[in-house]
Amino acid sequence: MSTLYLVFQQTMFFTIPLLLVALGGMFSEHSGIINIALEGIMIMGAFTSILFINLTQDSLNGQVQLFLAILIAAGTGILFALFHAFAAVNMKADQTISGTALNMFAPAFAIFVARRIGGTQQVQFKNTFRIESVPLLGDIPVIGSLFFRNTYITTYIGFAILILSVIVLYRTRFGLRLRACGEHPQAADSVGINVYRMQYAGVMISGALGGLGGLVFVVPTSTNFNASVAGYGFLALAVLIFGQWHPVKILGAAFFFGLMKTVAASYSAIPFLATSGIPSYIYKMVPYIATLIVLIFTSKNSQAPKAEGIPYDKGAR
Amino acid sequence: MKKKRDSIGFLSSLFAIVVGLLVGLVILLISNPSQAAAGFITILTGPLTHGSKGVGQVFYYATPIILTGLSVGFAFKTGLFNIGAPGQFIVGAFAAVVVGIKCGFLGGIHWLVALLAAMIAGALWGAIPGLVKAYFNVNEVIACIMTNYIGMYMVNYLISTNKSLYDKIYNYSKNVAGTANIPKMGLDVIFEGSSVNGGFFIAVAAAAVIFILLEKTTFGYELKAAGFNKDASRYAGMNEKRNIILSMAIAGALSGIAGALLYLAGSGKHIEIADVLAGEGFTGISVALLGLSNPVGVLLAGIFIAYITAGGFYLQLLNFSTEIIDVIIAVIIYFSAFSLFVRVFISGLRRKREEHAAGGKGEGGKKE
Repeated sequence: MSTLYLVFQQTMFFTIPLLLVALGGMFSEHSGIINIALEGIMIMGAFTSILFINLTQDSLNGQVQLFLAILIAAGTGILFALFHAFAAVNMKADQTISGTALNMFAPAFAIFVARRIGGTQQVQFKNTFRIESVPLLGDIPVIGSLFFRNTYITTYIGFAILILSVIVLYRTRFGLRLRACGEHPQAADSVGINVYRMQYAGVMISGALGGLGGLVFVVPTSTNFNASVAGYGFLALAVLIFGQWHPVKILGAAFFFGLMKTVAASYSAIPFLATSGIPSYIYKMVPYIATLIVLIFTSKNSQAPKAEGIPYDKGAR
Repeated sequence: MKKKRDSIGFLSSLFAIVVGLLVGLVILLISNPSQAAAGFITILTGPLTHGSKGVGQVFYYATPIILTGLSVGFAFKTGLFNIGAPGQFIVGAFAAVVVGIKCGFLGGIHWLVALLAAMIAGALWGAIPGLVKAYFNVNEVIACIMTNYIGMYMVNYLISTNKSLYDKIYNYSKNVAGTANIPKMGLDVIFEGSSVNGGFFIAVAAAAVIFILLEKTTFGYELKAAGFNKDASRYAGMNEKRNIILSMAIAGALSGIAGALLYLAGSGKHIEIADVLAGEGFTGISVALLGLSNPVGVLLAGIFIAYITAGGFYLQLLNFSTEIIDVIIAVIIYFSAFSLFVRVFISGLRRKREEHAAGGKGEGGKKE
């Protein structure tokens, strides 16, 4: 039983960043802008916020520090994503190219600045944010062990953002307009929606969630940041597609991918997997193979926003 | 008309390079003003200050990225974005290394067989996104990203579980047999002390082959037609599905060769067992974009990027980290995505000048 709890808690550490970043990508794509820069955005968000934690170590209370770091990560993500929005919306640039450029920029920039400030490319930090057990809730049988022990406040923020995403996307005027821009921007424009502004909003939300996702990924799984989020931005793209651009399905996809990552990372500690003799590389490959298979079965009838990736031109018919 | 378009394309690449270098200069100025000028000059002239070895190294670095650049560029010409070059690269490298280690009995043709194996492996790996796009309408960008990771993990798995391939102490692939290394073809004499080898000639030859294929053959014309207008090409009776698969397979073959050329260069490179995608594949995207997907442009862009990368190594002498080069390249790519804007801007300028000339002298702007 305790192994099961441990696996579940570990899975959460991998699931929440994937969930956040994929939700970010979802907002961007629903506005009609493909954002493959998520990897770069995660790196930038993680870099500035971990740097902040590194510089304010010992002078701030752990949870306060983490909260401020969250704001910094999201803020950095927004700023960085603005470059993508500018290229995609104003310059009508190829969105894949612009995203690729940002993905190349982020790690190089992070290493350069880290070397300049600290001499090495790793940014160290002390993890003072882990919550051993949430008061009262942690004592509930089963549920307490699953959700309220060995955890981080970022887990709850992740779930809060998921709920918020569902409400915003399907229950507000903003969400409806955003989706309209991704499906048929000309139609949205004809009823007075400012398509460019909505696309900026979509990309900025993806920046905020992407940057936050970067921080949330690094904090539980490491004690230093080495200018990399190990391909999680790309994996989040897969989660987004696996989840068919729908927030709740994205949670399911993120959980599945998180579980596979956990199994790959710690299968030797899980008795029945350790004896099964399946090498960890298989678990590492499964999420990508599964996504490819899902794509094969769903792409003919894809739920992807119809107008994504096409620069919106007011004059076009 | 075509000439004019090419010159605008060239100008937009030049514009991107200038902006990229300027951003690099600004970053150098902010991080260390007193060394910035020296650093900037090092980026621009570094490889030239180290004799024939320095120049030789540029061609050595350029070799694999010209091929991945051709791979991405060729796919661009046929309307596909081959972001799968890192996966095709490593799968090709794996095939080359396997043949390189196990088939020492082949003697003189050993390296050729290894190269061929890499080409075939890369082609097969590249064909996967092509197949799923052609038959299941899967977006090739996402399929390529998936095959990148699958390929990387698969190669790591196959090497690390195979005793005859795996060097446990250093956690990388074993040395290939000496006969598997690409012959120097005289380049070691010209560029003494550098790692450049016959692979560079192979890269140039590949560029020539792709140029001829695209510009001089019916098959290339069909592939390009599909890139310009998918529906029109289908209407004209071209086999769209077959063309997509073949385009991706050819692109994959080029990336596969790139992998072979790097690990058969005889410069002490091994496939490292790390969960990291091959950087040469991503650099290929930069090379293709900067070279406007044109084989000759890709050749020049590959040498240019290798040149400033080599310059970056000498930057370490001034206590700047080499990553500044990657920042510059990223900025160049970002701005090269603005080519549409630059195009509109330049043609706007031209029109203005023509109108001005027409108004001033009372004759049409025939000079342009």
